[in-house]
Amino acid sequence: MRAFTTHRGLVAPLDRVNVDTDQIIPKQFLKSIARTGFGDNLFDAWRYRDEGAIGKTPNERTINRDFVLNAPEYQGATVLLARDNFGCGSSREHAVWALLEYGFRCVIAPSFADIFSTNSVNNGLLLVTLPGAAVDALFASAQRGGLTVEVDLAAGRLVTEDGGAFAFETGAETRRRLLRGLDDIGLTLDCADAIRDFERAHRGRQPWTFGRPAGDAAP
Amino acid sequence: MSGRTLYDKIWDAHFVTDRSDGMSLLYIDRHLLHEVTSPQAFAGLRLAGRRPWRLDANLATPDHNVPTLVSERRGGVPGITDEVARIQVETLDDNCRDFGIEEFAINDVRQGIVHVIGPEQGATLPGTTIVCGDSHTSTHGAFAALAQGIGTSEVEHVLATQCLAQRKSRNMRVTVDGGLPRGVHAKDVVLAVIGAIGTAGATGHVIEFCGTAIEGLSMEGRMTVCNMSVEAGGRAGLVAVDETTLEYLAGRPFAPRGEAWGAAAAWWRTLRSDPHAAFDRTVEIDAAALEPQVTWGTSPELVTGIGDRVPAPSDMADPARAEVAERALAYMDLAPGTPLAGIPLDKVFIGSCTNARIEDLRAAATVARGRRVRVPQALVVPGSGLVKRQAEDEGLHEIFLAAGFEWRAPGCSMCLAMNADRLQPGERCASTSNRNFEGRQGHGGRTHLVSPATAAASAIAGRLADPREVAA
Ligand code: SF4
Repeated sequence: MRAFTTHRGLVAPLDRVNVDTDQIIPKQFLKSIARTGFGDNLFDAWRYRDEGAIGKTPNERTINRDFVLNAPEYQGATVLLARDNFGCGSSREHAVWALLEYGFRCVIAPSFADIFSTNSVNNGLLLVTLPGAAVDALFASAQRGGLTVEVDLAAGRLVTEDGGAFAFETGAETRRRLLRGLDDIGLTLDCADAIRDFERAHRGRQPWTFGRPAGDAAP
Repeated sequence: MSGRTLYDKIWDAHFVTDRSDGMSLLYIDRHLLHEVTSPQAFAGLRLAGRRPWRLDANLATPDHNVPTLVSERRGGVPGITDEVARIQVETLDDNCRDFGIEEFAINDVRQGIVHVIGPEQGATLPGTTIVCGDSHTSTHGAFAALAQGIGTSEVEHVLATQCLAQRKSRNMRVTVDGGLPRGVHAKDVVLAVIGAIGTAGATGHVIEFCGTAIEGLSMEGRMTVCNMSVEAGGRAGLVAVDETTLEYLAGRPFAPRGEAWGAAAAWWRTLRSDPHAAFDRTVEIDAAALEPQVTWGTSPELVTGIGDRVPAPSDMADPARAEVAERALAYMDLAPGTPLAGIPLDKVFIGSCTNARIEDLRAAATVARGRRVRVPQALVVPGSGLVKRQAEDEGLHEIFLAAGFEWRAPGCSMCLAMNADRLQPGERCASTSNRNFEGRQGHGGRTHLVSPATAAASAIAGRLADPREVAA
C-alpha cells in the first residue's frame, strides 16, 4: 500500500451531498477483472454527456463542460472537496481505485460512508473529516478557483495557502497504517498464532460452523 | 453492570485479538463470494503466494453479471453474449476451481443472488460472522448473524487470514411496534425507517431491529428489512433469534442436524439483547401509521406514502434539503404537487436481494392474478434457482406469464443493470430493488422503490398505484 505523509495540491469542489459509489464509478466498468483502468471513468455520468462503456477512450466521448472537474481552473486537482455522506451505497472498491487513478490523494468532507472509509484506508487514500462550517469555508475559497491546501497527516493539520488552518482526526490506527503504508494482510498474519488458537477454541464451542454439508470436516 | 446488546454478544464471541496497529481482529465464519468484487482479490492472493486460510468457510456464486433471459442462460457460461461479462464469470469459475472453493455455478439450481442463497442453504446461521464483497450483506442479519459488506481488499484479507480488521461500531436500536396495516409490507417498513433517519442516519452503527412489527415478520420480511440497513448508513442490521428463525433453518443443507442442532439452537436462543443493554441511539416507529411507501427522488430517504404528492422544495425549511430535492426532482422529471399514484411508468422490476424470495413473488402474484400488465415491460426475476423452482411448483410463473410479465432466470438483473436488463435514458420504473440513485438501473433511468405488492399493482395499472386499491 502507498504511504501517505503530507500532500500539497489543488482542491476541486464537488458540491453535492450523498455522492454514492454508483456515481463515482458506474456499474458498467465493474466488469473489469483488473484493479486499474478506472480513472477515465471516474464520475462518468457527470463528466461526459454520452453513456460510457468499457474500452471507449475519453477522445471518443462528449465532454460535459458544466461538470466541475472539467473546468479549466480545476485541472490537475489532487484534493477533492465534498459534502456529507460521501461514498455511500455499494461496497465497490473500484470507486477508490478510480479516485486514486484520476489523481486524487485526499478527499475532504463533513462525513463519509463506512465501507468507503475502510476501502480508502486500504488503498492509501486519505479521508479528512472536517466540521460542516470548515467545509463551507473551504467551498467558498475553492469555488473562487485556485485553492491549494497542504495536508499533514502526522500533525492532523490542513492548511490553506491563504492562511486558514484546520485540525482533523483520523484515529490512531488509521494514521499509523497510512503513514507507514503497511500491508494489511501482513499485519494480521503477524497474529497468526492468536488466530489459530482462537479458531481451535471456536471450533470446540461452535462445531456446526465448520465443515461442509454432509459433515465433511475442513482440510 | 449493564447488559450486552446482541451486537456486543456476537462481537465478543468472535474477537480474536488487537493487532499491533490497534485494529481489532474479528474471526469470520462465513465468506460469500461473487464474480464482480472477487477477481482482484484472488489476483492479489496469487501475487503474494498466499492460500485461503480455511476453504470450508467460503461459498461462491455468480449473480451480478449473469444474463437472466432464459434462452441465453441455456448456453451456460459459454452462452453469455457480453464478452466482458463472460470473462468475469469464467474468472470466478477458474478461481474457485484453482483454490478449491465451493461454487454454485451459473446453471446449478442452487445458484442465485448471493444474499438469497446463503439463507436458503442454511449457510447463514445465527450468531455467526458473515462477510461478502457486497454492501447488502446486511441481509443476513435477519438471522442474528453479524453480516457486513466489505471491499475487495478486505475480501483478499478475509481469504488470507479468516479475519476482518476493524473497529467496533456503535449500537443503535430501531423499534417498530404495532400491527402492519393491510397492504403494508416489510419493504414499506424499512423505507419508512430510512425516510425517518436518513441515508446517513446509522453511519458508524449496527442497527438492531426490534418491536412487535418485526417479530411478526417472516424470515423473508426480516431479510428485506436488514437488507436495506445499509441504505440507512448502517454497518449491519440485526434481528434477535426466535422460533421463526429456528423453524426457517431446520433441515437446510448447511444447517446442523441431530445433536449438533440441539446444541446450536440452545446457544442461538440466547442471541438477543439483554434487557438493560445500552444503545447509543434509539428510534421508534409506529407501524400502524404506515402506508405503502414509494420513493420520489434519487436517494432512498426521499420517500413518502403512495397516497401523498411529490413534495415541493419551496416548502422545505432547510435550504440544503431543498436544493437536494430540487436536483432530485429535475432528474426524476417530476413536478411538485403531483400525486404519486398515477405517475405513468415504462417498466416494472420485481427482483433483487431485497425482494426476490418466494414470499415476495407470492405477494406480487396475488395482485397480478387474472389481470394484465399495462407497462411496456415488466420483469419478474427470482432470487435463486430454488426460488424459481418453488414458484413454478406453485404455479406462480403461470400467473405472471398470463398477466404479461416476463419470467426470468435468477440473478441481480435490473437491480444494478450490469447485464442487458436496464432502463433506457428517461425511462421510469417501479422497482422492488434497493437503490434509486441516478443511473442505477440504466444511464438516465428513473427509479421508484416500492414493495412487490406495489410493484405488481403498478404494473397492472401502468402507473404508480396503491396495492390496496387493486388487491383482491
Ligand atoms: S440484487 Fe442488487 S443489491 Fe442485491 S446483490 Fe445484486 S446488485 Fe447488489
